[in-house]
Amino acid sequence: MLYVAKRLLAMIPILLGLTVVVFGMMALIPGDPATAILGSYATPENVERLNRQLGLDRPLWEQYLVWLGNILEGDFGRSYSLNRPVIDEVLERFSATLLLAGAALLLCSVLGLLAGAVSAVRQFGWADRTITFLVLIGISLPSFWLGLLLILLFAVELQWLPASGMVAIYGGGGPLDILTHLILPACTLAVVATGVIARLTRASMLEVLRQDYIRTARAKGLSERRVIYRHAFTAALVTVIPVIGIQAGFVLGGAVYIETVFQWPGIGAMLVKAISTRDLLLVQGGVLVVAASYVLFNLAADLLQSALDPRLKG
Amino acid sequence: MKRMAGALKGALTGGALATALLAAGAPASGLVGEAAAQTPPGVLIVGQIAEPKSLDPQAVTAVNDFRILMNLYDGLVRYKDGTLQVEPALAESWTISDDGKTYTFQLREGVAFHDGTPFDAEAVVFAFERMLNEDHPYYDTGPFPLSFFFSAVESVTAQDAQTVVFQLKEPYAPFLSNLAYPTGLIPSPTAIKEQGEDFGRNPVGTGAFKFEEWDSNTKVVASANADYWGGAPDLKAVVFRPITDANTRVAEMLSGGIDVMVEVPPDNVATFAEDAGFTVHEQAGPHLWFLILNAKEGPFADKRVRQAANYAIDKQALVENVLQGTAEVAAGPTPPAFSWAYNEALEPYPHDPEKARALLKEAGAEGAELTFYVTQGGSGMLDPVPMGAAIQADLAEVGLEVAIETYEWNTFLGKVNPGLEGKADMAEMAWMTNDPDTLPYLALRSDAMPDQGGFNSGYYSNPEVDQLLEQARRATDQAERARLYKQMQEIVREDAPWVFVANWKQNAVTSERVEGFTLQPSFFLLLHEVGKS
Repeated sequence: MLYVAKRLLAMIPILLGLTVVVFGMMALIPGDPATAILGSYATPENVERLNRQLGLDRPLWEQYLVWLGNILEGDFGRSYSLNRPVIDEVLERFSATLLLAGAALLLCSVLGLLAGAVSAVRQFGWADRTITFLVLIGISLPSFWLGLLLILLFAVELQWLPASGMVAIYGGGGPLDILTHLILPACTLAVVATGVIARLTRASMLEVLRQDYIRTARAKGLSERRVIYRHAFTAALVTVIPVIGIQAGFVLGGAVYIETVFQWPGIGAMLVKAISTRDLLLVQGGVLVVAASYVLFNLAADLLQSALDPRLKG
Repeated sequence: MKRMAGALKGALTGGALATALLAAGAPASGLVGEAAAQTPPGVLIVGQIAEPKSLDPQAVTAVNDFRILMNLYDGLVRYKDGTLQVEPALAESWTISDDGKTYTFQLREGVAFHDGTPFDAEAVVFAFERMLNEDHPYYDTGPFPLSFFFSAVESVTAQDAQTVVFQLKEPYAPFLSNLAYPTGLIPSPTAIKEQGEDFGRNPVGTGAFKFEEWDSNTKVVASANADYWGGAPDLKAVVFRPITDANTRVAEMLSGGIDVMVEVPPDNVATFAEDAGFTVHEQAGPHLWFLILNAKEGPFADKRVRQAANYAIDKQALVENVLQGTAEVAAGPTPPAFSWAYNEALEPYPHDPEKARALLKEAGAEGAELTFYVTQGGSGMLDPVPMGAAIQADLAEVGLEVAIETYEWNTFLGKVNPGLEGKADMAEMAWMTNDPDTLPYLALRSDAMPDQGGFNSGYYSNPEVDQLLEQARRATDQAERARLYKQMQEIVREDAPWVFVANWKQNAVTSERVEGFTLQPSFFLLLHEVGKS
């Protein structure tokens, strides 16, 4: 419990540092929100007037402190590119991403672990070869391109699934409706991570299967099934789980492309737009939430790992 | 980063290719037949390129948002169907004083906003005061980035319930066409008072369609206004869907998820054109794609070198090959869409490398080295990277050595708008405007240099052009204005401060269920007359 509390406390400086970095980066990259809003009408005069209205004419450190003070009071500010409170947009978008990334993570964990385990047990057999081949393709494919191909096949050609969006435009919104919209983006997003997890599970299983205690277990006369799934697989999981935690980060990152291709209303696509419109408050709010969730994912993975591996406790 | 962008582009082109292949293979009737099951009759689903920023007409700047706004609101005047000439809308008639400084509008009677608030002179005053007067109690519902469209306005007063008087500081002829622009649309004062800064998400106007709901990043829904003063629309409702990725937009169109798609990528136009289930619409608009030449220093300070660049660049090839027919070759600084002010006699500089070489020789600029600013993409910039490369090759052909520097759009504007002096010899640029005054007045006058708040980034200066532009701005007679603009175009074409490259044609695709759809030269999307079976 103390460990969890410590880890949670350690999050604070990480997040604080992150906000400083993001703030600094947004200030360093050329262009400003007023220019982005005004486009070709961005005369110096117009830019200055708009910056004044947006409160961006004050010194940078002052802007940061104002922002920080507001955050501590729970006020994330108002997005100037979307004209609504940052927190509303971020939470709405983040829940969409969480759904997509969660589905993808579930898919890649289950499929990756299964494929890796089968592959290891049947090392050099046809199942292993097939899986290794598919995994290689999965890791190599650019996922946004795969997404486009899947859209063409399942939405345009076969018309089984919707091409984009999260809910049907007309009379949508039920769980089944969201599920049909989720299938293509979640599968696309899961492909690479599945490959990575499968390869790692395979390697880790092979390593474990060579250990003395597995030989002992076999020698004791335990069934092969029990040896593999009870002893070897659990031990291999200890190495794989932190990687799944890291994959969670990659899945969140990969969501940026997938959300754009599938018009999924998630936080990745939002951040891309926020950066291009130099919407500082929206970027800050979005990054903060994503980073916090990433740290929490890793914490969860670590906790799960120490639960599985008694050596890590204490 | 550059490599990644390349890979992305490659993959997307691959996707587009696959789209083309699939579409070519699939029977059109099958596609549309399936689609019929998806979207109900009378409800038009429009695939937009992005989520709107706001639906407050005074707060937005993007064409994408204008497409929605024009259907929710009306202005005092509007562009006549198929033209850029103004005609009455919420104002039934108007008079202009002889000095060109007083505009008096008679308002249409019996019009109400969607929330029941009567439309009257007070509503008009409220709309303009909110945007222009910093002391107005609702000024803080802004910012209003395009309020400078009305910076010539000194006061707006309600003479009686149906009469509004605009007093201008000085004669300003583009005033009427600025009123037809989305910045001049009239919102409900009651709704603004109730909603405050949330008005942009809960818009109320007088338009043919009533705002119903805005589901973030998913859709904006508007239903027919049965009491519309111009007659109830044929459609029951319109749904605007943001689909940012062009390939995804194409896929949605092919799969029947949307009925109308705007801004079709050049690669896909042919696919839709060949398919009987779709109609491709095209309309040239008030857009100009050009190269700013640095007339202050370096080789382009010499008019002959600027003309040589105009001769050297094969604009026809750019338009046909790079832009695949989605634009037309430009002849001068004014787009032909301003038909009343466009000089029909103007011919584009022909592609003539021989002549270009001769002019360069005469000017002693053979083999000159030039720096060329190219952007990765931006509003109205079409396909700037391949266009930049093609231009570089054309100039190399006549012996000019061009070094390209590529920048992301906002960075690019930050470099180009303050002027090219000491940095570059030429830069890509594109403008979309609503009046023939705007672009030359802001970007070609001697008093519009960057340090004076203008956009004359190439430092072109010709007193004759200055005078013509000032006169045209003060003239209240359209025929007189037209004469002045035509004269200006001839001089500017000859002086060649820019390389005049292309006028973009806006395009859209509709499914065969959509009737009565047309594109406007204003680039607005007007759905009042559109139907869907």
